[in-house]
Amino acid sequence: MSLIKCENLTMGYEGKVVISNLSIEVNAGDYLCIVGENGSGKTTLMKGLLGLISPLSGKIIYSDGLKQNHIGYLPQQSSIQHDFPASVLEVVLSGCLSKGFLPFYSKAQKKTAAENMEKTAISSLKNKSFRELSGGQQQRVLLARALCSTQKLLILDEPITGLDPLAAAEFYKLIKILNNSGITVIMVTHDVTSAVNNASHILHLGKDNSFFGTTHAYVHSDIGKRFLITDCPCDNCKRLHSHKEVGAQ
Amino acid sequence: MIAEMFSYNFIVRAFIVGTLVSLCASLLGVTLVLKRYSMIGDGLSHVGFGSLAIAAAAGVAPLEIAVPVVVLSAFFLLRISENSKINGDAAIAIISSTALAVGVLCASLTGMNTDLNSYLFGSILAVSNSDAIMCVALALVIIVMYFLLYNRIFAVTFDESFAKATGMKPAIYNTAIAVLTAMTIVIGMRIMGTLLISALIIFPAVTSMRLCKKFKSVIIASGILSVVCFFVGMIVSYNFDTPTGATVVVINCMAFVVFRLASFVISKLNGIKSVSKSDGKISQSE
Repeated sequence: MSLIKCENLTMGYEGKVVISNLSIEVNAGDYLCIVGENGSGKTTLMKGLLGLISPLSGKIIYSDGLKQNHIGYLPQQSSIQHDFPASVLEVVLSGCLSKGFLPFYSKAQKKTAAENMEKTAISSLKNKSFRELSGGQQQRVLLARALCSTQKLLILDEPITGLDPLAAAEFYKLIKILNNSGITVIMVTHDVTSAVNNASHILHLGKDNSFFGTTHAYVHSDIGKRFLITDCPCDNCKRLHSHKEVGAQ
Repeated sequence: MIAEMFSYNFIVRAFIVGTLVSLCASLLGVTLVLKRYSMIGDGLSHVGFGSLAIAAAAGVAPLEIAVPVVVLSAFFLLRISENSKINGDAAIAIISSTALAVGVLCASLTGMNTDLNSYLFGSILAVSNSDAIMCVALALVIIVMYFLLYNRIFAVTFDESFAKATGMKPAIYNTAIAVLTAMTIVIGMRIMGTLLISALIIFPAVTSMRLCKKFKSVIIASGILSVVCFFVGMIVSYNFDTPTGATVVVINCMAFVVFRLASFVISKLNGIKSVSKSDGKISQSE
């Protein structure tokens, strides 16, 4: 079942077109990574999916069950947050605000927050100050907040920027677990290698040509081969490479 | 002594207005400082001075001109700060010094030098009954707003892009906060003076931000600190016959230094403790 469908989407900002004629379809349970060079329109597309900017032409269609403000969003961290005095619980709870208009948090909202802190393994940090956490812990807090506003779709904007390799690996593992539990994931990333290792689908935005398809097809495509520094580890390609090397010799 | 102080009507009035202004300024200040909008408060107070001087020269009631002019500039300054294309802080500095210059010119052309001093550095004698009424109304609006919208104000302050994506309208909250700041500044600058009012916005917020770890406690601490500092400043200024505005600012600064030192010492002590603990661990493992 398709969750989000983009039809002939053209997007841009300040009168500049950065994405033209893009058609993609994201199904429930997919894990889509959006990769591409700087300025290729990754962030613009993401803002379009979140409804922050409207397309110049074409359409973004959401399936019936998905409301635009029920998307879980993990933005890039801003400089404001580095010395922001807030407890982990306060941050996570603020993800519940998209539902309901009450001035205070209801019991159900507090329960949602507690469950999501459990999922991202930060329950023990509940009363800690956000600014005193490590980068990896902060990302998990923001992930828990994003989960509070959705049950279906997570959109992550370069979530591992600034994390050390260990924390990044842990974060990928966590996203994979969430994806396996049925949440659709759309991630903008520069880390193509990890994208290929984790995602089910890849959207590669390029200035001249773009690619959209399954990860397997991406790895074997020309554009994918150019972007991936390491060779594809699958048997078929290994044989191909060894043939090539033999041929060269 | 305090009873004698409160036997004067104008002091009671100044106390009410000053306490409420300190409270409002400190609440708004937390958001402004965290959003990196501190300079907007400073810019607005200079615009306020310019408009007060023009009002005095034209012979109109000062608040009638100052309130709309400062509220309008609040919109304008907010737009400038949000727009990354313009160099925001430079633009604010230009606007505030221009407003100050226009005010000084107006004042000197109409020959009102004593008033000029009281506008720049504040005077508790300047507080009228209508100021007091307006101040009570404003304080009520701000406190009710903070109470009802507390969670949303937090969300918008902490992460505007997330708030936007979940369907909130950060622009509305930003504008509301800028307008309320403008009102607070216009009323408060009669006591504190245009050059000193921004201290009321910035000091309590900065002091309590270092002190507390939760947003809720930062807001509460900032409010209490601001009111206490105003009280102490007022009493000191009455006893030693010093200018009220300047005294309140110095007391705020002293509170800032004291708490900063205290937290520094505490963190050092904690550091020593944890070091000695880990020393113990190392020697054990060895």
